[in-house]
Amino acid sequence: MTLVATQSLSKTYGDRVTALSDLTVSVEPGIVGLVGANGAGKSTLIKILLGLLPPTSGQVRVLGLDPTTDAAEVRARVGYLPENDCLPPDLSAAELVTHLGRMSGLPRTAARERASEALRHVGLYEERYRQVGGYSTGMKQRVKLAQALVHDPDLLLLDEPTNGLDPAGREAMLALIQRIGTDFGISVVVCSHLLGEVERICDHLVAIDAGRLLRSDNITAMTKTTDVLVVEVSEGTDDLAGRLAGLHLPVSREGRALLVPLEDDGTYDRILTAVAELDLPLHRLDQRRHRVAELFSDREVANV
Amino acid sequence: MSDVGVIHDIGYQRYDGPRLGRRYVFGSLFAHGFRTAFGLGRGAKSKIFPWFVTGVVIVVAVVLMAIRAQTGTVVLTYLQFPQTLGLLIVLFCAVAAPELVSRDLQSGVLPLYFSRPLRPSDYGLAKLAALVAAITAIFAAGEVIMFLGAAFTVKGFGNIFDEFQDMLGGVAYSAVHALVFGSIAILVASLMKRRAVAAGALVAIFVLTTPVFGVLAVLPSTTANQLSGLVSPGTLVGGVGDWVFQEQSGAVDIGPYGPLYLAVAVALVVGCTGLLLARYRKVAKA
Repeated sequence: MTLVATQSLSKTYGDRVTALSDLTVSVEPGIVGLVGANGAGKSTLIKILLGLLPPTSGQVRVLGLDPTTDAAEVRARVGYLPENDCLPPDLSAAELVTHLGRMSGLPRTAARERASEALRHVGLYEERYRQVGGYSTGMKQRVKLAQALVHDPDLLLLDEPTNGLDPAGREAMLALIQRIGTDFGISVVVCSHLLGEVERICDHLVAIDAGRLLRSDNITAMTKTTDVLVVEVSEGTDDLAGRLAGLHLPVSREGRALLVPLEDDGTYDRILTAVAELDLPLHRLDQRRHRVAELFSDREVANV
Repeated sequence: MSDVGVIHDIGYQRYDGPRLGRRYVFGSLFAHGFRTAFGLGRGAKSKIFPWFVTGVVIVVAVVLMAIRAQTGTVVLTYLQFPQTLGLLIVLFCAVAAPELVSRDLQSGVLPLYFSRPLRPSDYGLAKLAALVAAITAIFAAGEVIMFLGAAFTVKGFGNIFDEFQDMLGGVAYSAVHALVFGSIAILVASLMKRRAVAAGALVAIFVLTTPVFGVLAVLPSTTANQLSGLVSPGTLVGGVGDWVFQEQSGAVDIGPYGPLYLAVAVALVVGCTGLLLARYRKVAKA
């Protein structure tokens, strides 16, 4: 079954602001990354998927249902983590998640049990009777995730789940999302403006910009052919670039680093030899997948 | 026995149990709102005002009961009871309505509600119903106390039954008060994020209309005098009571305009509720 499908989906506010424009995309169950800069239309798309906003034109289906007509059924099967602060400070996490579970139609006892379970899964079991106002940002994000999980949805819509988290918190949140997508068997759509973050955990990536679809593909297809080597030397970057170009390597610059496409294992040796011959202090040489960020830089180049 | 002391992570479990429908969700939100109106499930500070108001109403009812039991004098009838204590209704609304709706706006929790099957209009109606029920419950409690006192004073089953009917009228009239004040209060509070601002605005609306009424009531025109009660919620409800229950509350001289008072009161409640629903349809999209 298709997880989310849109057909020529458009949303305009008034006459001037176009949030989504002719968006046609279809994704299968799994962990889906929805990436785009701020204002690309990610949040608008999520609101349409939840049936909170009617699209101006086009069709949309979520879990095989039409959110414009069956909003309540869609929302019963979807969990949503909003981008902004949304937690009342003077309730305990357990009370809040239980209450919201009941708002999803869980009977009183089931809501209480599932709230405890959800808070345990996000790692807040010990702290669940403390007031949310005293929580750290990382803990608040976890409460938001727990309330999205409490009614056992088939699909989670997570809007910038790593917002405001420190690096360790981001790692933990991403690991948790990955676990939900794989071990829990719940499909996840993760919105983010940070590609490097979501591409690590996603099976499928949808990139939108200015309301238009940039690309939608499996993560493997997107990154397979584009592994690059990043070379950084403390000095003599220009000399090295010249030398590598002389070796017929298509070198490009990114800040202080040089990027060389990884064609075969020999590429490593040729770079190392070049650095050694020029006697330059090598700072860094590592392989990385061509970041999906370049999807955007390509577009920006095209726009210039 | 190797399992002793070992905690097993049973992993994530899917939920196969029942998922209840719209009525249950509405009822849960209503019950939650009713508790919130009295500060239950909240900190001690949230309990001060609601229970102060409740306490005063109960004490007044007990005093009325005692006077009647001792001297046989009826100081306030069941119908005059909510009308006379109208200021307490204003006070309760000013505290409870922001607590019910403004705090949800302030904390941004509404997206968590509206991403669930709960309809935005049901959210607004459940909050309104909770406030109306809370106000009615406070005054009904007072009137029940008055009735219990009276039941031991009057002689004969027929008289007790008459007394009981009077009490029911009083409870119904309290509910009318609750509807008029509550619908205005919830609408105004739903427009304001900050509870203190919403409380101030509510007191202003309820109290500042009184001088307008006062001026109209002394104009040298009988028509203006008789219509003056329409401008203030308290006198509006007073006028409705005077006409429907043939009561002489003394709040306002309604002349022949009784039906108009009722129509305006109904229009006010319907209008405020309509605006409230429109308000939450808009909030859900934001």
